[in-house]
Amino acid sequence: MYGKGILKGLSVTWKRFWNTYLDDIAWLLRGKKRYYTEEGIKHRSSKDQRGIFTIQYPEERLITPEEARYVPFLVYDEKPDGTREQRCTSCGICAKVCPPQCIWIVRSNDPNTGRPIPEPTEFYIDVDICMNCGFCAEYCPFDAIIMDHDFELASYGRSVYNMEKLLKPASYYKSIRPQQYERNEAERKAKEAAKAAKAAGAPAAPAT
Amino acid sequence: MATTIPQTETTQPSATDLSARFPGIVSADTRPGFKGWIVPKQNLLEVATVIRDELGYDLLSTVTGVDYFPDNKMEVVYHAYKTTGGPGLEFKVQVPREDPVEVPSLIDIWPGVDFQEREAWDLLGIRFTGHPDLRRILMWEGFHGHPLRKDWKEGFYEEEFKPFKSRWPSGQFYMAEDKNPYHDNLGFPPNFDPEKYIPEGDALVYGSLTRYSVKNEEGLSTDHIIVNMGPQHPSTHGVFRAALMLDGETIMSLKPVIGYLHRNHEKIGERNTFLLNMPYTDRLDYFNSMANNFGYALAVEKLMNIPVAERADYIRVIMAELTRVQNHIVFIGNLLNDLGAMYTPALYAFEERELILDIFEAVSGARMMCNYFRFGGVVRDVPDDVMQKIKDLVYERLPARTEEMDRFLTENEVLVSRLKGVHVIDGETAVKYSVTGPLLRAAGVPYDIRRADPYSIYDRFEFDVAMRTNGDLYDNYLIRLDEIWQSLRILQQAIKQIPKGPINSQKPQYQVRVPAGEAYGRIESPKGELGFYVISNGKPNPWRYHVRAPSFVNITPLEKICVGNKIADFVALFGVIDVVMGELDR
Amino acid sequence: MDKESLNLPGYDIPEDMQSAVAVTTLDRIYNWGRRSSVWPLMFGLACCAIEMIVAQTARFDLARFGMEVMRPPPRQSDLMIVAGTVTKKMVPAIVRLYNQMPEPKYVVAMGACASSGGPFKEGYNVVAGIDKFLPVDVYIPGCPPTPQALIAGLIKLQEKIDKQSIRNVRWYQKGPDSVEVPVPILGPDLIDPRRNPDIRETASRNEG
Repeated sequence: MYGKGILKGLSVTWKRFWNTYLDDIAWLLRGKKRYYTEEGIKHRSSKDQRGIFTIQYPEERLITPEEARYVPFLVYDEKPDGTREQRCTSCGICAKVCPPQCIWIVRSNDPNTGRPIPEPTEFYIDVDICMNCGFCAEYCPFDAIIMDHDFELASYGRSVYNMEKLLKPASYYKSIRPQQYERNEAERKAKEAAKAAKAAGAPAAPAT
Repeated sequence: MATTIPQTETTQPSATDLSARFPGIVSADTRPGFKGWIVPKQNLLEVATVIRDELGYDLLSTVTGVDYFPDNKMEVVYHAYKTTGGPGLEFKVQVPREDPVEVPSLIDIWPGVDFQEREAWDLLGIRFTGHPDLRRILMWEGFHGHPLRKDWKEGFYEEEFKPFKSRWPSGQFYMAEDKNPYHDNLGFPPNFDPEKYIPEGDALVYGSLTRYSVKNEEGLSTDHIIVNMGPQHPSTHGVFRAALMLDGETIMSLKPVIGYLHRNHEKIGERNTFLLNMPYTDRLDYFNSMANNFGYALAVEKLMNIPVAERADYIRVIMAELTRVQNHIVFIGNLLNDLGAMYTPALYAFEERELILDIFEAVSGARMMCNYFRFGGVVRDVPDDVMQKIKDLVYERLPARTEEMDRFLTENEVLVSRLKGVHVIDGETAVKYSVTGPLLRAAGVPYDIRRADPYSIYDRFEFDVAMRTNGDLYDNYLIRLDEIWQSLRILQQAIKQIPKGPINSQKPQYQVRVPAGEAYGRIESPKGELGFYVISNGKPNPWRYHVRAPSFVNITPLEKICVGNKIADFVALFGVIDVVMGELDR
Repeated sequence: MDKESLNLPGYDIPEDMQSAVAVTTLDRIYNWGRRSSVWPLMFGLACCAIEMIVAQTARFDLARFGMEVMRPPPRQSDLMIVAGTVTKKMVPAIVRLYNQMPEPKYVVAMGACASSGGPFKEGYNVVAGIDKFLPVDVYIPGCPPTPQALIAGLIKLQEKIDKQSIRNVRWYQKGPDSVEVPVPILGPDLIDPRRNPDIRETASRNEG
């Protein structure tokens, strides 16, 4: 019969149309809210989704996985007395490894000793060039520059971020990337313990 | 059902000794790390004919021009393969670097070199004698200079190689515009007066369209209509322009005009280091970023001669096959969009793509520009909950949705009447024009690099090479569905067999040591053969970095395919070649 | 539009008339109508175009914001989302399209490449940002910006439209409705006709 294929296709569309409302009714009967809740968003992004697929930004947001990369930011640790301690030592690896070369670091020397200060004097990232590759965060040896999760960066003009705008506390880092934070804290503590052990054992045994 | 080809024996690499066949003329390339045969310019046509006819290398896949500026010579490198399978044959021509640089054109032997030779003329200034239409292809007529030459500096030129010294330790921020005398990315010849300049415009493009003769009995004179399906068009997949000459609604002649998205990958690639090139490869075929990473990683690993960690190999195959599935599903959606099914199949297809992109984001950090592969493995491991999500998709959701797409579209009478019987290309012509990928397989030639010349661990999986014989639009649509089923088969095997272990055989380092030499790494990307030709001279930056893009080579027979069809069919025919402008223009 | 944003503050409407009467300014109604039905031009150049298309599909439905129809011809659209790298070969076509759009028109530079040339800024065929030729209203950084980031940028554009007033928009003043941008010419390099004397002078100074 001519038209059988079209009817078959229409049955698929029809089934999808019904599924849109069936899930609504099923959730209503179970007494749960389907929209604007995290459970609902999770269900609509999973393999069991039928029918409605929309995540209504800006009221609902997609669950950002930990690895997500948008623009980078610099991390500072908050000391108990309230001062900020920057982790960045201006080693320059992130500037060397950035593919479009959009990181600019000024490292100045201590006027008294003539040796470089382990802190950047100026730090610029041209956010309009950044390609969100994540190399700077991947190759930083001090975990001082991390990829952010904030994507609402639209503005009415061009943006070049200086150091003030880039600095964010380590507690923010922990809140967006908990697993990476734990891993790096464990590594740092292990390194410090090894250094302390070496310093304690150095007078006794010579280095091989 | 599809005609599938069971696992075939790949031919043993025959040591094709060209120097024995042509004693005294052809010599082997003896530079350390290089391979292939050097053919002198005057014997090129003869040797090429022998390679195609006697030795059986009927698919010439790549033509690359290389500029050896300090040695004062230029080289053209050819890679040829057999459609029966097996490794390829590489031969080169070297000519002195004085203008005019001339090399005989191989277009009569392999017509597929057409666009690639035009690109070598455009970017490097190598003139191919015997080419019927040697115009610039990626830049516009009137552009000054040949950009890929080593002594040609672009407007925003800062330093020869990255990393630039101006970023650290005294990295005072400045805009690149301030360093150029024109305050922009421009360079003009001396004493140029813009008001007196008359642009050549498109006269050359329109002049190259073939005129046709129309019989008119009543003595009425007819004119030729030239229509531009211009760079901004809802049905061309991006910024592509086709200058058409029409007789009513029938296409009489067609010339593609490309280069509207030429983003200078190769020049930027020569300034980058090897590692810094990885995110740029994401942006080539922006639908399938994992596949591009794969090809580049393979090429550089061949140069460095390092092994790949086994778990990383399995992860690579899983990501590559997931990419293939999402590409083919979206292809079906876009094809239906071009045919006029206003958006419904495309919306269904994009749903599945979103779920696959969620996996990519959980693993690599970004939805589209994954930047996931490194030399020796991958950058991050796949955690267990993401592996569970992949299993859910591969075992439950994707087969169900593919079957639903099949039920939805395949027997639809409107689709069948639009697609069936519209002939695209037949097998022999496709091989002559260097077509690869599903377009070649739908024409009856079962050439799939995963089976013919296996890379990575594809020889451990059981899958069939999908093939259809008619070579019309309907077969091109069906073959994508076949390939999705085969990819799901590979995915299920890979998920079962994946071992535990390290994910990179090298330590993470940003200064990669690459010995001198050349390598050509190619993969079966969802659109065809994607190849990366990399030459290194021991420094941290590549000397030459060329991308053999399947979209670019697959549109070589576009005029042959479309002449005689109507404009409505042109949209479907162009859509079925499956081009992405990012890799077409590079 | 809810009653709070429609009603002019400071006017007390009696309870029984609140469903029938609203006191507002012409500006608010006019801007509300304009910003709730901005039709984008179907104009994708490169990778960002894919994220723009995805923002139209089921998951991040742009139709909820009134931007449901992407019109192919420029004469029927209000907004040009420049999504992707702007190359010198393509710029004459872009400027011609902008000139063909009727007022009121807006331009959004989506992605790093359209904002500033992005990672390809050093290329010989790449224009360092579309704002060298067209007036841009909103810049959205990212490479590519996720569909949620694009929607956040479009909401910023809607806020900008809300702030305009019919007393000083260009198309209601005396004089030409819109200012045409002169179309650049492809010569030995891209020639912007507004800079002709500049180019001639610099070219005569240089030796090439």
